[in-house]
Amino acid sequence: MENKIAEVIAAGSTGFTAECYELFHIPPLGSLVFTVNPPLEIIGVVCEAKTEGIEPGRKPAARGKDEATDEAVYRTSPQLAKLLRSEFTAVVIGHKNGDKIYPYLPPRPARLHGFVYPGPTETVKSFGDSLDFLSLLANADTATPAEELTAAVLREMSRVQTDPAAFLLKAGKKLTTIYSGDYAKLKAVLGRLSL
Amino acid sequence: MNENKANPALGMVVSGSVEKGTEVRLDAAASVEDMVVGRYVTIEGKKRRFFGMITDISLGVTDPEIAISPPETNDTFTAAVLEGTATFGALHVLPMLTIGGEASTVTDGPQPVKTVPSHFSRVHLATENDMEIVFGKEDANRFFIGNPLDMETRLCLDLETLVKRSNGIFGKSGTGKTFLTRILLIGMLQKSRAVNLIFDMHNEYGWMGTSEGGQRQVKALKQLFPEKVAVFTLDEENSRRRGVSTDAVVKIGFEEIDPEDIGLLRQTLNLTEAAVEAVYQLRRKMGRSWMQQTLDLGDSEETKKLLEELSIHESTFQNLKRGLGTIRRLPFIVARSPVDAVKSIMDYLDRGMNVVLEFGRFRDITAYVLVANMLARRIYARYQEKMEASMAGNIAPPTPLVITIEEAHKFLNPEVAPRTIFGTIAREMRKYNVTLLVIDQRPSAIDEEIMSQMGTKITCLLDNERDIDAVLAGVSGKNELKTVLARLAPKQQALIFGHAVPMLVPFRPRDWGTTESYKEFTQEGGTMAKAEKDIKDLFD
Repeated sequence: MENKIAEVIAAGSTGFTAECYELFHIPPLGSLVFTVNPPLEIIGVVCEAKTEGIEPGRKPAARGKDEATDEAVYRTSPQLAKLLRSEFTAVVIGHKNGDKIYPYLPPRPARLHGFVYPGPTETVKSFGDSLDFLSLLANADTATPAEELTAAVLREMSRVQTDPAAFLLKAGKKLTTIYSGDYAKLKAVLGRLSL
Repeated sequence: MNENKANPALGMVVSGSVEKGTEVRLDAAASVEDMVVGRYVTIEGKKRRFFGMITDISLGVTDPEIAISPPETNDTFTAAVLEGTATFGALHVLPMLTIGGEASTVTDGPQPVKTVPSHFSRVHLATENDMEIVFGKEDANRFFIGNPLDMETRLCLDLETLVKRSNGIFGKSGTGKTFLTRILLIGMLQKSRAVNLIFDMHNEYGWMGTSEGGQRQVKALKQLFPEKVAVFTLDEENSRRRGVSTDAVVKIGFEEIDPEDIGLLRQTLNLTEAAVEAVYQLRRKMGRSWMQQTLDLGDSEETKKLLEELSIHESTFQNLKRGLGTIRRLPFIVARSPVDAVKSIMDYLDRGMNVVLEFGRFRDITAYVLVANMLARRIYARYQEKMEASMAGNIAPPTPLVITIEEAHKFLNPEVAPRTIFGTIAREMRKYNVTLLVIDQRPSAIDEEIMSQMGTKITCLLDNERDIDAVLAGVSGKNELKTVLARLAPKQQALIFGHAVPMLVPFRPRDWGTTESYKEFTQEGGTMAKAEKDIKDLFD
């Protein structure tokens, strides 16, 4: 596959972290990504991302005082592209074995150094059809608040749907059962779903 | 399960009990505003099909917080998401019958419910077909009396079953009791194989009657079914003036009046208990002509002696004489009646003719109570004899008889009910093939025991709490039904329940008073067919 975007650098049963090959080329929050651990495709959504220095002890310092634009900072300090790196964490929302998609955790985690690819439209659509992954997502232990993440995933998914409004309505109804008993959270998610 | 597009499911059963009925959660697609209290639904249980009625509709939320902080008015998206999921419509359905799934429902028709449908059973609006299973089709025994409210289905009564017990029609004055009674009488006359004897206090059943408010004249039984109805009158002059073709004039002789009749009139004649007692003594002493003789007693020594002998006090005697004087002044009371009224009524009844007895101008309650009770008692005695003879195996039992009385609480109130013949008939049911059709506006004044014996009750609007209680006494789900009864429209709506219908039904009685409606009634009865046959015979 040609369109690899990152490589797994840490993996667990519920998620994996990948480093992007290009600085700042992080897939959007909530977008679908997958990595392969034969015969499984492990599918996750981006739940957190960051860009930082490659050396943990060395903090980036401000460099643009005399530059006109922030682009110019990178032009005048080309080493920055080598000293910084972008990485993201994906929470696993299911897996694929052959043609079949399972909206629950895979038996094995992602492989380290496995390539990470953006989720193909077909896979995004079929996850959007069943929406069963939503409960997994709502209960995921992520640094990003679950309401934010859920809303982000649904917004991302709605982009490939033929009728995004109908999709969001259907997803919203599904959420009412997941968030039954927590109306405040439900309202928070619904409030973030407008396109 | 038969999900079909024409009749989509409304929702599913989520909880319930036999006593309180089931809670049904509406599907998101079914609008709560389309639901109506009183509509019939079917519930597809796993093993049985249930037939029930919507008795309440409510709005529910899964989280009370939603009601406290509802979505903003302009937040249509949140409102759309919540609709049908976190907020939903709920129905309270009272299952009444099982109409399928059991062997007995196939052989014996709908059965009363003894259980509740299981969780998540689908609920549909009842179809015409379901209604037909429950209320039956119009046929040789079943008579179309009206339509259940908001439905086109025909509510049909099995009249043979109906006339096997005494029945009651109740309602406030002006709610359509008379119209309903006419319809029912026509039904009986066509399809019950019973004959009717109607004590027609207000001259409404035999010939012309007036519609409510007196705006128009409506036809009555004899005009529509001349070959099946005979009109007797107590007031020949009045009948003639009204252009009624009467079959006989009823006169009542003194000798036909018994002490029981006087007892019944105690209140209306303002007699003392002692005076009523005295009547029995006088009857014993003087025999059948007691009334004539008593009225003839002057203020003589002999009278005093007689009274002393019978230990009747002078004032009691005067009280009695005054009462008897009132009776004597009734124009249809004669010293000696030229024809035996009872015999001629019996002759008609035996021939299968229905008899309407008009009271003409004598609408006061004394005349009505006296005549109705006297005639009914003697006719009942004849029936008793015939029935006993038939039990002995010699002859066929007499044609079942239905006696219609108005102002029934005058005959059936707790004080006089044990003494009147109507009390006896109501209690004995059909032992002697005689039953009652009771018409009244104050059911609470009728003896409880008699009310409880009535097979089928039809009630128009009642708003007195005691009357409602009296009518609904002993009905299961009484409290829920009270609201249904109190919500009936003031006219042309009624509630029927009891023996002749499988379940309680609020309904709109069929039309009466238009040419079209007469045609429908007479066609059913075969009068048209007969007329056509007559015409054919004439030319053959």
